[in-house]
Amino acid sequence: MYGLGILKGMAVTFKHFVATYMDDIFWASRGGRYYNDEALAVRQSLEGRGVITVFYPEEKLPVPERFRFVPFLVTDEPAPGQKWGHEWCTSCGICAKACPPQCIWIKRGTQPNGRPKPEPEEFYIDIDICMNCGLCAEFCPFDAIKMDHDYELASYDRTTAHIHDKERLSKPISYWREIAPRKAEAEAAARDFAQESKQKKKGKRGEGSDEPEARLEEMKARQLIYKGELY
Amino acid sequence: MSDMILEAPHAGAMPDSAEDPIAAATAVLKQRFPDHIQDETRDGYEGIVVHPDKVVQVSQALRDELGFNYLSSITGVDLIEENKLELVYHTYSINQGGPALVMKVQVDRDNPVLPSLVPVWPGAEYQEREAYDLFGFQFEGHPDLRRILTWDGFHGHPMRKDWKEPFFEEDNKPFGSRWPGGEVSRAEEKNPFGKNVQYPAGWVPTLEEPEAETDSYAGITYTREQSTGLKTDKVTINMGPQHPSTHGVFRMALTLDGETIVGLKPVMGYLHRNHEKIGERNTFIQNIPYTDRLDYISSMSNNHGYVLAVEKLMGVDVPERAEWIRILMVELTRIVNHLWAVGFLLNDLGALQTPMLYFYIERELILDLFESTSGSRMMCNYMRFGGLAYDLPEDVRGTPIMKFLHDLIYDRLPRALEQGDVLMTGNEIVRARGIGVGYLSAEDAIAYSTAGPVLRASGVQYDVRRAQPYSYYEHLDFDVAVRYNGDIYDRYLIRLDEMQQSLRILQQVLPHLQETEGSSIISGKPQYAIRMPRAGESYGRVENPKGELGYYVTAKRRDANPARYHVRSPSFINLTALEKMSLGHKVADVVAILGSIDIVLGEVDR
Amino acid sequence: MTTTNAGAASPDIAVPDEVQNNVVITNLAKLLDPIYNWSRRNSLWPLGFGLACCAIEMICTASSRFDLSRFGMEVFRASPRQADLMIVSGTVTKKMVPIIVRLYNQIAEPRYVVSMGACASGGGPFKEGYNVVDGVDKFIPVDVYIPGCPPTPQALINGLIALQEKIDQQSIATVPWYRKNDPTAEMIPVPRLGPDLYDMRQVDIIKKEAVKSEAVTEAS
Repeated sequence: MYGLGILKGMAVTFKHFVATYMDDIFWASRGGRYYNDEALAVRQSLEGRGVITVFYPEEKLPVPERFRFVPFLVTDEPAPGQKWGHEWCTSCGICAKACPPQCIWIKRGTQPNGRPKPEPEEFYIDIDICMNCGLCAEFCPFDAIKMDHDYELASYDRTTAHIHDKERLSKPISYWREIAPRKAEAEAAARDFAQESKQKKKGKRGEGSDEPEARLEEMKARQLIYKGELY
Repeated sequence: MSDMILEAPHAGAMPDSAEDPIAAATAVLKQRFPDHIQDETRDGYEGIVVHPDKVVQVSQALRDELGFNYLSSITGVDLIEENKLELVYHTYSINQGGPALVMKVQVDRDNPVLPSLVPVWPGAEYQEREAYDLFGFQFEGHPDLRRILTWDGFHGHPMRKDWKEPFFEEDNKPFGSRWPGGEVSRAEEKNPFGKNVQYPAGWVPTLEEPEAETDSYAGITYTREQSTGLKTDKVTINMGPQHPSTHGVFRMALTLDGETIVGLKPVMGYLHRNHEKIGERNTFIQNIPYTDRLDYISSMSNNHGYVLAVEKLMGVDVPERAEWIRILMVELTRIVNHLWAVGFLLNDLGALQTPMLYFYIERELILDLFESTSGSRMMCNYMRFGGLAYDLPEDVRGTPIMKFLHDLIYDRLPRALEQGDVLMTGNEIVRARGIGVGYLSAEDAIAYSTAGPVLRASGVQYDVRRAQPYSYYEHLDFDVAVRYNGDIYDRYLIRLDEMQQSLRILQQVLPHLQETEGSSIISGKPQYAIRMPRAGESYGRVENPKGELGYYVTAKRRDANPARYHVRSPSFINLTALEKMSLGHKVADVVAILGSIDIVLGEVDR
Repeated sequence: MTTTNAGAASPDIAVPDEVQNNVVITNLAKLLDPIYNWSRRNSLWPLGFGLACCAIEMICTASSRFDLSRFGMEVFRASPRQADLMIVSGTVTKKMVPIIVRLYNQIAEPRYVVSMGACASGGGPFKEGYNVVDGVDKFIPVDVYIPGCPPTPQALINGLIALQEKIDQQSIATVPWYRKNDPTAEMIPVPRLGPDLYDMRQVDIIKKEAVKSEAVTEAS
């Protein structure tokens, strides 16, 4: 029959139409369909049926740990009354070298005697160039630069707001632990491990037998982060 | 489900000898043209170097006698040290599959004249225009040699090594000004015009320069013919770049007789982002996130092609688990892309948004997996040389990863595909508008260098995953989907077929993921600064959802940057056949025909 | 009440004594503002206009999961004449910018521009390229910038909410499109493509630089 194909297709849309109301009825006695974290989780999973809309800004779709937006710099816990603590960045320049669009500028600090100091005097990221690729965070050997999860950055002006300086970039380690708990834990474990094996190496200097093994272990621990096994 | 028509590959004229077909063909050619063909002598390079005078004859012999009937890619290379320009042709045998026979032609840099190959392979048309535009090659006998990516009147040929752009800083990244004395500044602050522009010395605007439009119509002639009966005028109209159904900033100049198309010229370059020029400045790893932005709907596939090319050059192996995850991601990308393409095609056919919105729900779920795995929904930047950036995540939105994948592949996606099939395949309007419209014969599909679903919908069973298997595809059991009518409807159906085949592949991949859990995902230590261990060239090609995606990469020994980096983009080359498909149809059909080719402008213009 | 407070009226028009006390008009403008802004902010029709990668996220934002129709923005118009909002979603190339300026000129006022993503705001990762414009704000005025490459759908909605907040701050008495001879409401000259892109507003600088560059080439 001519027109049967169209009718079949309309049956599909009708099923969708019904499904939206079925979902409403299902959640009616369970705290409502909207503005309900439990309902949101189901709606956004493979089980989601009917209306799958996220009611941003009232509801927010949670972002995964590996989510990357613009980078930020990790610092120690701030002393009371301060916003951030000592930078972890040692101004080694690896992020600036790895950065594909070259949006990172680092001015290395100098000691009074003119020798380089392992911390950045200035650190800038032009977020109008940044492509959120995450290579800087991936290759930083000190876990000092990380990709932020804060995507709500809309602004009315870009001349000043879009070049992030050290002040704007710095965030304490607790922030990173908060947004990426498992990843932060794995990194901390790897750092501790590297520290330990370094000390072991120092203690065993002269014997030399365990040294390559220790280095191998350390490398493995660093690798684990990439492999994602630790989190 | 729509009935699948799958057949064994064409037997063709397959010589049963064990000898290398490339070597055999090369020997025949050398015998035929002893004075005009040399071996490639550079270390790490392959193929034959043909004298410009005999290119056409050699190509004809390749196409008609030796079976290398498919011209895949044309790459211009600037050999500035030798004061030469080189063109690299990759030709394949559709019937036999296998690797490319690489033909090179070198011409003088100051007078780069050589014959055009359009008479032999019409698919060379836009690629030659691109080589003319970016390098300045003069093709004799080309029907329409104009700039294609930049505009008429642009100064210089930008891909030449000595051509510098306004914001030029250094030849290679990383730039010295970033560290240790990084004084931040915006590039435009150093430019007298405050913009990304430069002008030839002494140039002043006469205000008589043609506006952007006029040159676009140069390829089309406005004629008035006295035909029998009704006297009609042919009119030229413009479509795009701002048009809801050109899939981005694509533009066409159409010549119409009534409503019938009698001429069509695409105008491109509205999204020409200088991918290759930037790519040659980047280090090898810095190019990976840029490849995401080529065909931005299927970034995982783009990554795959590029890492394959560089891995070949570096000579690194990929651990087993990494290969399986790569296949998982690439096949999911194929589904994502086809969902998108079919949704938009139906949109163009008048099924406004409903199928599209249904498909996007599934697409979003796959994007959730990509986001959890790689950190970004679209720009995955996931693959590395010798492996992957990260292992699979523990969970996706709270569901353990293996359960998520299982449910997705065995339950959710099959159901969605089934639903999409019921929704539209039998629809009388889709059939009426699709069947018999935009026909492309198998011979034309090959001659016009089309690839992917467009080629296979015309009855040519050619898929890089089978013709020249990479990764673990030779161990996987799947059929190369093929359809024989070569019209819009078949190009719609073949995408549904391919999604089914992708699901088949994914179902085979899952157990391997379980088996290899916990094993390494990258060989060696992840490195940000890679020095190429050897000089040479490499061509990595993959079956992107849109067709054959190839990366031509050359490097010098110990270099951190590619010397030449070229992308053979399927969207761009498939468009060569657009005019052929559209002639004789109505204006309304050209929208659907374009939709059935499935282009992404990031890849067309690069 | 003095004449300068006379609402939308131009200060240089002499106000007769008998209507000096036009308190009503001033208050009316204030009364109208919330209604005027409310109706505009909730029916922003975007131009169906996609440039590059960000356009895909824009389409995703309009589709079911994020659903722009909650903000009255789902009506993507193909014609600039029917649109209020231009979301510049993607890399602006030199070849494209004349068309973008022309589209902007064709949008009927009130009109707003959102620059979505790093590329539209400042050239993004492709800034160094020879065919890329380093920020669409070099040619057309931009109301809201949304960083990110690409901004996720939620980031885009965040930017659109920022735009709504900006609209809320406007007053019917001061918006440029109801004022005579306001320079911000004028047509923007369409840039042209010569040997490189040139802005018609910069012809004088180009001429000056040409003289300089000729002197340099002659000296060398």
